[in-house]
Amino acid sequence: MTKMVLSGNSAQAHAARLARVQVISAYPITPQTSIVEKIADFVATGALKAQYIKVESEHSALQVVVSASGLGARTYTATSSHGLLLMHELVHWASGARAPIVMGVINRAVGPPWNIGADHTDTMSQRDTGWIQFYAESNQEVLDTVLMSFRLAEHPDVRLPVMVTEDAFYLSHTLEPVEVPDQDVVDGFLPPREPHAVLVPGTASRLGSFTGPDRYVDFRWEEAKAMERVPATLARVEEEYRRATGRYHGGPLETYRTDDADAVLVTMGTSTTTARAVVDEMRAVGKKVGLAKLRLFRPFPNEEVRALAATVGRLGVVDRSYTFGPMGAAATEVSAALYPSPRRPSVTGFYAGVGGRDVTPHVVRRMYDTLLSGTVPEVHWEDIEEEVAVDG
Amino acid sequence: MAKLTIPAQELMYSGHAACPGCGAALAMRLLLKGLGPRTVVSVPACCWTVIATPYPTTALGVAMLDNPIEATGASISGIRAALDAMGEKDVTVVGFAGDGGTADIGLQALSGMLERGTNAIFVMYDNEAYMNTGVQRSGATPQGAWTTTTPVEGAEHGKPEAKKDVMAIVLAHHPTYAATLNPAFPEDFERKVEKAKGMVGPRFFHIFAPCAPGWRFDSEKTIAVGRLATDTGVFPLYEVEGDRYHITRKSGTLKPVEEYLSAQGRFRHLTPRDVAAVSEHVHRTWERLLARERESMTSSPLAAVSAPRATAAT
Repeated sequence: MTKMVLSGNSAQAHAARLARVQVISAYPITPQTSIVEKIADFVATGALKAQYIKVESEHSALQVVVSASGLGARTYTATSSHGLLLMHELVHWASGARAPIVMGVINRAVGPPWNIGADHTDTMSQRDTGWIQFYAESNQEVLDTVLMSFRLAEHPDVRLPVMVTEDAFYLSHTLEPVEVPDQDVVDGFLPPREPHAVLVPGTASRLGSFTGPDRYVDFRWEEAKAMERVPATLARVEEEYRRATGRYHGGPLETYRTDDADAVLVTMGTSTTTARAVVDEMRAVGKKVGLAKLRLFRPFPNEEVRALAATVGRLGVVDRSYTFGPMGAAATEVSAALYPSPRRPSVTGFYAGVGGRDVTPHVVRRMYDTLLSGTVPEVHWEDIEEEVAVDG
Repeated sequence: MAKLTIPAQELMYSGHAACPGCGAALAMRLLLKGLGPRTVVSVPACCWTVIATPYPTTALGVAMLDNPIEATGASISGIRAALDAMGEKDVTVVGFAGDGGTADIGLQALSGMLERGTNAIFVMYDNEAYMNTGVQRSGATPQGAWTTTTPVEGAEHGKPEAKKDVMAIVLAHHPTYAATLNPAFPEDFERKVEKAKGMVGPRFFHIFAPCAPGWRFDSEKTIAVGRLATDTGVFPLYEVEGDRYHITRKSGTLKPVEEYLSAQGRFRHLTPRDVAAVSEHVHRTWERLLARERESMTSSPLAAVSAPRATAAT
C-alpha cells in the first residue's frame, strides 16, 4: 500500500490502472480531462498496458468500449455533463448489451447557462438506463469504488455497467490523501475478466440483434433480475475488498448517528462531509439529528431506506439537481421506497448545491432546523433569494 | 480445369430476410466469400439489421455485432482494440453500413475511424436512400431521384441536390486503400476484397447496392441495373492506393446514361433535358477520374508529401 496525495480524477485513473483495463476510450470535457490525461501518461510510460482509443466524440467513446466489451475486454471510460448526455443512446445500449463497462462521471451542471460547477443533473438524467450508479464522498472512496465496480459489473450474476461519480471540483480537482493498494493486492481481488463469450470471432454469433414483441420483454426482465441481484453481490464484493484492503464504505446507505434521531438528512456525494460535521455540532447541543449517505442510487436501496425510516421522525433528502418532477430525484425515490412501508416519516425534498453553489454548514443547519421546526414543507429550495427580480 | 475466380465458401446463409434481388445481400455474400470466417462485422441500424434475421437466429457464418446507426466507425475501432488487447491477430474487422449510416449520420464516426487509422474495413453499401425505413432520401441519393421524401408532384421533381461524393470525403483522410465495388462484376469485387484483406490500416469500400423496391425495377434486373451503372459511367469501378488511382473497368465507350436511368422507375419523370444534364455530369466525372488516373501514374510532388500508410500484410 502506498499513501499518495491524489485528486478524485487521479484516483479514478489509478484505479483504472490497477484494474488492468484493456481498452479505454475517451473524449475530453471539463472537469473530466485530468482523468484521461493521467491515463494517457500511464499508457505512454507502460504503467498500464492498454489500447487507448482517442475518439472524436463522447458518443463514439462509449461505442468503442461497448464494442470492445462485447468481444470480452475489460473497459473504462470517463465523461461529464454534456458528454454524458451525448452518450445517452449508448448509455442505454451498454446496459442492454450487458457490457460490464466502468465509467467515471464527474457530476457537472448542464447548460444553458454554461456552468462547470458540481451538479447531479447529468447522472440523474441517466438514472433509468440500466446502469449501476455510485456517488462518492471522498477521493479514497472514488478509488475503492472504481475497483469494486469492476468486480460487481463483471460478476456473472450482474453483468451490468457501472457509473462511479464525483462532484466536480470538490473531488475532481481537490487533493486528498489516498491509500493506493499494491498491484498484487488488486490482482488478488480482481482477476482478469472472464469473457462472457457471446461474440466469438470465427463463429456464427451475434450480439445486439433485433427481436419483436414476442421476446423483447424477456431481455428487460433478465436485466431487471440482474439489477435485483446487485445488493447481495455488492455486499460480497465489499466484504472481499475489506478483507483485501481493510477498507469498507458502509454499504449502499451509510448511516451516521441516526439512532433516536428526530431529523435525518439523506445526502449524496460531498455535501455528506459538511453534513456530518453539522450533525456532530448539533448533537453536541442536544439536537437529535442524524445523517444517511446515499452511496448507491441504482439499484435504489429500498430496504435500507425503510429500515432507516423505521427509527426516525422526519426525513429530509438533499438533491444537488433539479429534475422537474414532484420532488428532487433522490427525494422521489425515498418517498416511493417508503410508500409500502408501515412506518412512514415525513419526507422533505431539499434542493441544495444546484450548479455548484456551496452547501455550507449554515445551509445544512437550516435544513435540519426546518425539519425540527414542526411544519415541514414537501419541497424546499435552499439558498435562494426569492425577491431577486429578473428583467425580461 | 479453369481456376475459380469467386471463392466457393458461403458465409451468408439462405433463409436471410432480404427482399428478392437485394443488392445489399449480394454485397455481403461476396464480401464474406473473400474475407473468410475469421471476420467480425459491425452493422448499424440499416437493412442488414433485418436481413441478418431476428434473435436467436443469424444469417451470417461470422460474428456480427449490432450498433446504433451513427456509431459504426467507433464500433470497429472498439472491436479492433479488443482484439489487439486480447492478442487476436488474424481477424478481419468490418463495419458494414448503409449510405445513411456512412455518409449522413455516420460520417463523424467514419471520419474519426479513418483519422485514427483503425485497422479495419469500412463498407458503405450504397442503395442510395434510407431503404429500411421505406425509401427516404439520403445524402447519397442521386439528383433527380424519386424517394418518399423527394416526391414527384406539384412543384417537386425528385431530389434537387446532387449525390454526396463519399469517396472524395474518404480520400481526404488518406486511407490505406479505397475502392468502389459492384456485385454485378464479381471478379473485380473479389480481387479488391482479397487485396484489401492483405493490407493493414483503414480501408474503405463503396459498394453499389441496387434496391429493386426502392429504385422501382423488377427484382430479376439487379445485375442488369448494376452492369449498366458501371458501363454508363454512373458508378465507375476504381481503386485508390496512396495517391495512385486505378480504374479497374474500362469498356471502351460508355453506354448512354439514359439506358441506366430508363431501367428504373425512380427516374421515370425525368425530362430529356434532365437526362442530358445527368449525362453531362456523369461524363464530366468520368473524365475527371480518367485525368486523376493519368496524373497519378506520373510522379507528382503530392505523392512525396502525403505518405501513404504501410500496406504490408500482418
